[in-house]
Amino acid sequence: MQIVFFFEQVVNGLVLGGYYLLIALGLSLIFSVGGIVNLSHGAFYALGAYLFVEMLPTFGFAGAAVISPVLVACLGILFERLILRRFYDEDPILSLLVTFGLALVAEQSIRIIWGGAPLLASLPPDLKGSVIIGDFLFSRYRLLMLGVVALILLALWLILQRTSFGRVVRAGIQKPDMVAALGIRLQPYMTAIVMLGVGLAALGGALFAPITIVHPAMGDEIITVAFVVVIIGGLGSFWGVVAAALLVGVVRGVTIHFYPAAGEASMYVLMFLVLLLRPRGLLGEPIEKFEK
Amino acid sequence: MSKLDKSNLISRRTVLGTAAAGAATLAMPGYLRAQSGPIQIGHLTPLTGFLGVMGEWASLGVQLAAEEINAAGGVLGRQVDVQTEDSINPENAATKAQRMIERDNKDVILGEISSASTLAIGQVAERNKKLFIATGPRSDVLRGESCNRYMFCTDIPNTVNVNVVGESLKRDNMVDGRKFFTLTADYVFGHDLLEAAERFFEANNAELVGNELIATDLTDFSPFILKIRQAQPDVVCLNLAGNQVPNFAKQYAEFGLPFPTVGFGFNTVDGWAAGPGNITGTWPAVWYHTLDVPASLEFVERFRAKFGKTPENHAWIDYIAMKILAKAMEETQSVDNEELVDYLASGAEFDILKNRKAYFRDWDHQLIQEAYTVTARDPDEVSDVLELMELGQAVPGPDQDLTLIYPTREQSGCSL
Repeated sequence: MQIVFFFEQVVNGLVLGGYYLLIALGLSLIFSVGGIVNLSHGAFYALGAYLFVEMLPTFGFAGAAVISPVLVACLGILFERLILRRFYDEDPILSLLVTFGLALVAEQSIRIIWGGAPLLASLPPDLKGSVIIGDFLFSRYRLLMLGVVALILLALWLILQRTSFGRVVRAGIQKPDMVAALGIRLQPYMTAIVMLGVGLAALGGALFAPITIVHPAMGDEIITVAFVVVIIGGLGSFWGVVAAALLVGVVRGVTIHFYPAAGEASMYVLMFLVLLLRPRGLLGEPIEKFEK
Repeated sequence: MSKLDKSNLISRRTVLGTAAAGAATLAMPGYLRAQSGPIQIGHLTPLTGFLGVMGEWASLGVQLAAEEINAAGGVLGRQVDVQTEDSINPENAATKAQRMIERDNKDVILGEISSASTLAIGQVAERNKKLFIATGPRSDVLRGESCNRYMFCTDIPNTVNVNVVGESLKRDNMVDGRKFFTLTADYVFGHDLLEAAERFFEANNAELVGNELIATDLTDFSPFILKIRQAQPDVVCLNLAGNQVPNFAKQYAEFGLPFPTVGFGFNTVDGWAAGPGNITGTWPAVWYHTLDVPASLEFVERFRAKFGKTPENHAWIDYIAMKILAKAMEETQSVDNEELVDYLASGAEFDILKNRKAYFRDWDHQLIQEAYTVTARDPDEVSDVLELMELGQAVPGPDQDLTLIYPTREQSGCSL
């Protein structure tokens, strides 16, 4: 029976990894293409949750889960055009400081608008409960979340691999100078990437809002995990981030199975080992602009 | 230079005079300087982190109390000035307390929710012989081994929380021969709440089949919910703190496991954050906004009128703590901390908006008062989150000794 319990934690870890992925993918894309370390990514996650709760009574669960990320993605246009755009060619430390400041401003703005007390968001009764498949117990809602993440992953992969947009983005990650030499301006693509990235973070916030408490500092709770996933996965690698998110989820679950007190520390140990043995991350590729 | 009017220039004599007066003021002993201005209260409470939500209520409570005191003419004819700061973590709390005492010349330190931060502030207070009224922490150790002459605790300690809920569980036949699985916040509050729970289980023939320590910043409980299912307990018992309670409650309801939950640590805002259908079972309460005592209901109305929301128990506790302090200053006609400590420990009674008055026990400085249980209502009957819980009768009963539910001197380990 112990082995069943063990695998139950492994599978649960994979499900949780899918949720980490929503936050980490956008962070990775924005860093890979624009060279921006976006410390305000958690603020967009929180904003996604708040807008979701706000729209829940009017648009219902599915409506709010779609509209909230779309609105945050639109906000991403302003974020990219008014702020990030000024820092593409600057020292990364500047964008790091600016986005850190923005995260603080965003958290305080949420506090001013919605107050410091948590907002109430519950799962619809139909989505509560668990499903037993074989010997494994799954939350019905998390299975749904996993399905949504899988669909998004597939769509994103197709966009990056099979469209001209994706080809430019991938080329932009590796050789932005060559892309510019071909007469292609990367800036509009960057706007789209930021929209996509912060929209995914907001979707993560919206999907997690019914099963966690929605409060102004909730972005801080996820941003560290997202960075750990990006670092373990490796820059510029789509599948690296996917593998890292799932790995972090599984390692956490397995650690909690054997030694629960170390559950939260396990991802940092994993990051330490990866950085020690493979500084570029699991599937990270050498990126010219970061190799100087 | 020529364009300057002579009258605009400050004469050398004026400069020297002002400097001399300033130097003389600085050279004055702190208490002489302080006596002329407002009474300075340093209020520390977590405004960020896993207890931050509760800290916001605490800051509103102390603010309302100070405003009411000042509107009524202040204390000793002086206004009360409360400076609230985010205590963040134990190191930060200790640093800020030290600064408030040394540099800001605060007359008294008041506040805090985290038991770990309270331990740190308590040491600073003792070292500096400064009165510290710890409003919200519940760890037994603060009124036990780590008690000190200058620290007074106003919230009910962990042992009381366990005793109050325990009696209710025994009544519902949920203890004798039952298997319990506990989740415990991994810091001093949770650790000694677990100890109190273990004592209760042992004394009442219950079995603890599993316990997990939960990091304070943990938000996803799914691996622990799987472990609960694996252990197949009769009752899931929560020794959690702050955001952990509503996070667990929401995710436990999400998985829909059949084992009933109870808790030994609860705050009103936990229920508000989790929502109907997510919080189930019986929990302890130090105060609840529906308490049917006229003074308490009037406080709720005044709070709502000022802030547009219902007070949480930390708003109440910081409110009454500030009022207790003001009464102590009026009674002693002093802000001298030694006199205030002696007065508070003298057995003086305080109206804390409950049926029975409260007093500080002289040998551990714990505020002895009534406690309550709150039980989650059927979610179908709840139309407003404020109606989520039903308040039980005061414990101990009206004809019983209030100390009945508190740790005894032998259990406490406090030596003042």
